[in-house]
Amino acid sequence: MLPAVDLFEYQGKQFFKGYGMPVSDGEVAFSVDEAVAAAERLGTPVMVKAQVHTGGRGKAGGVKFAASVDDVQTHASNILGLDINGHIVRRLWIEKASDISEEYYASFTLDRSAKKHLGMLSAEGGVEIETVAAENPDAISKVLVDPAEGLTAQAARAWVEGANLNPAATDQAVEILRKLYVAYTEGDADLVEINPLILTPEGRVHVLDAKVTLDANAVFRHEDYAQYDETQPRDEREEAAHAKGLQYVGLAGSVGVIANGAGLAMSTVDVVNQVGGKPANFLDIGGGANAQVMANALEVINNDPDVRAIFINIFGGITRGEEVANGIIGALDAVDIEAPIVLRLDGTNAAEGREILAPHLNEKLVMEPTMLDAARRAVAMAAA
Amino acid sequence: MSIFVNKDTKVVYQGLTGSQGRYYGMLNRDYGTNVVAGTNPRKAGTDVEGVPVFANCTEAVAATGANASCIFIPAPGVFAAVMDAAEAGIEFVACITEGVPAHDEARFFNMLKRDYPGVRLLGPNCPGIITPGECNIGITAGHIAKPGGPVGIVSRSGTLTYQALYELQQKDIGVTTCVGIGGDPVPGTSFIDCLEAFEADPDTKAVMMIGEIGGSAEEEAAAFIKHHMSKPVSSYIAGVTAPPGKKMGHAGAIVSGGKGTAEAKMEALRDAGARVGLNPTEAGELMAEIVAGL
Repeated sequence: MLPAVDLFEYQGKQFFKGYGMPVSDGEVAFSVDEAVAAAERLGTPVMVKAQVHTGGRGKAGGVKFAASVDDVQTHASNILGLDINGHIVRRLWIEKASDISEEYYASFTLDRSAKKHLGMLSAEGGVEIETVAAENPDAISKVLVDPAEGLTAQAARAWVEGANLNPAATDQAVEILRKLYVAYTEGDADLVEINPLILTPEGRVHVLDAKVTLDANAVFRHEDYAQYDETQPRDEREEAAHAKGLQYVGLAGSVGVIANGAGLAMSTVDVVNQVGGKPANFLDIGGGANAQVMANALEVINNDPDVRAIFINIFGGITRGEEVANGIIGALDAVDIEAPIVLRLDGTNAAEGREILAPHLNEKLVMEPTMLDAARRAVAMAAA
Repeated sequence: MSIFVNKDTKVVYQGLTGSQGRYYGMLNRDYGTNVVAGTNPRKAGTDVEGVPVFANCTEAVAATGANASCIFIPAPGVFAAVMDAAEAGIEFVACITEGVPAHDEARFFNMLKRDYPGVRLLGPNCPGIITPGECNIGITAGHIAKPGGPVGIVSRSGTLTYQALYELQQKDIGVTTCVGIGGDPVPGTSFIDCLEAFEADPDTKAVMMIGEIGGSAEEEAAAFIKHHMSKPVSSYIAGVTAPPGKKMGHAGAIVSGGKGTAEAKMEALRDAGARVGLNPTEAGELMAEIVAGL
C-alpha cells in the first residue's frame, strides 16, 4: 500500500473549494516579500499562517494576526524558517482575516472496526479534539455512514442537530457537511477535517482550517494529485528511496535493513531491536527481489553514513532462492557497498540460492541460517 | 477438513489472461486446485493452457459450476470484478490485487453485506488461501505448507504468512488451512471470521494468528478468543519497535483510541489466554509446544 498523501492547509482549502465549500481568499508566499505583496493584494487585516505537515502551529508561534502590511513583514520574517515539531517552515499562507463568533469541529474518516465512515461534529472546536473526546465525549456528535448508502440529507440534519451548534448555523452547517462528505468520498480522502469551522458575527458558516489526507492508491483516477507528491516531507534518504520506488522509512540506528514484504520488514526491525541493535531503516523491496531492485535498495542504504552493517532478510515464497542469490550478486557488481552484509535466505529453493552465493562469501558478505542468528551477527558487526 | 476451500472448490480466475493471473493461475492448477475458468470480456471464447475464458463470471459459472473466484484484475477494475463475482452467485472471492482505493473497499464490502450476504470476500491485498494438499488460491508457495493439520493459520501480512507456514513445516507440523486476510483498511474477511471457522472445524486443534500494528482488529480478535474459543492460540504481532506511522490526524487518533500499538495488541492477546511470541520463530516454537500437548 502506498503512503497516504498529506495536504498543506492551503492545498486542503483549495481542495474543499473545488467541492463548493466556503473558504477565505488567500495566497501562498515563499518569502517575506511575497507575503507582503500578497497582503497588499488581499487587503489587511490578514492571517499569516505557517504551512507545515504537523499540528500545534498556533502554540509554536506559526499563526499570527496582522493588522497592517508592516505586521505582515514582521510575522512573515519570524515564521519563515521556524522549526515546528521538527518541520521547518518554508511556505506561508496569507489569508484574509475573519471575525469569529463560534468555533466548531468537523471531520470524516473511516471507522475500521465498523467498516463504515465516521463523521464527527462538535460545538467545541478550535481546541484539540482529543481533549474534548477525553474530557467531554458527549460534546462530539457522531454519525456512521454506510458507504453503500451515502450520507442522506435527513441523516446529515440529525447529526448536526445532535451537536447543539448555534441554531443560526444549522442550515449552513448541514449544507457544508454534505459537501464535506462528497469531498471525502469522491476525492478519495482518508481524512478530511475542519478545525475550526466558524460562525461569523454576520451569521455565516465558514471553513477556517483544513486538514486533508488523500489515499495515494486512488491517484489513478485523480491525475491532479501528482502535484501533492512533491510537497511530502521526506528526509534525504527517504527522498532517494522514493525516487527509486522503494518503501523506505528512515530510522536513527546503524543496522541497515532490507526485507521482502512489509510484515517481514517490520519483523526484521523488531528482531534487530530485540537482540540489542538499532535499525537504520525499514525497507521493503516487495515480493520479488531481482538484481535491479536489490541494487537500488543497497544503494539507498549505502548512502546512509550511519549504516555500519546491512541485514538482508529474504523469505522466498514464489520468489525462488536462486533469483534472490543472482540478484544480490548482480547488485554487488553494480554498487560498491561499504558496510558488511549479513544475509538470511529461506524458503523456496533456498538451498540452490545458498549454493550460488557460497563462492562469493567473504568477510563483507556472510550468511546465517535463521533470522535471529543473522540479526545477532549484523548487530555484532555494526558494533565492531 | 478445512475452512472455506477444499478439494471440491472450483475456481474462476478473474484476469487469467494477464501476466500475474496466468502465472499464479497455472501454479495453482499445478498444485491441484480445480482451475475451471478465466474471465476477460475481450478474450471470451479463447483459453489459457486449456482453461476456457469467459466474458464474465455469470457465464463462467453457468458453463463450469465455479463456486469460488480469484481476482488478479488491476486495482482500477477491482470494484467491478468483485460485483461481477457476487452477481454470478460465487460464494468465495479471493482478491489478491494490491493498491485498491480504500473508498472502493468500503463500498463493495458494504454492498456485499447488503445485497449478497452469502458471499465471503477475502482481501483485497492478500496472499490468498491454501488448504494444503487440496486447494491453493492465490500466491502462497504451496510446497512450504505441510498438509493435514492440526494447526490453522490466519495472518494479516503476506511474507509473514509464508514465514509462519515455514516455521511449522520445519517442525513437521501440518496445517488445515492458512488464510491471508491482507492488511488493507477494509478486509473482506476478518481475524474473527477465521477464528470462528477454525473453532468449528473438527480437524483444526490449534490456531496460529499473525497480526500487525495499526487498527484494532487484533484487539477484537483477542476478545473473541477470550469469550468464544476453546482451542489454543499462538500469536505474533509485527511492528513491536516500528516508529509510529503517519498519524491519521486527530480524527484517526480518536477512532483508534489507545489501540493499535503492538504492546496493546500483545497484552490483549495474552489476557485472552493466547501465547504470544516476540518474533515468528518464537511463535512457531510456542505452537510446537501447544501441538505436543494436544
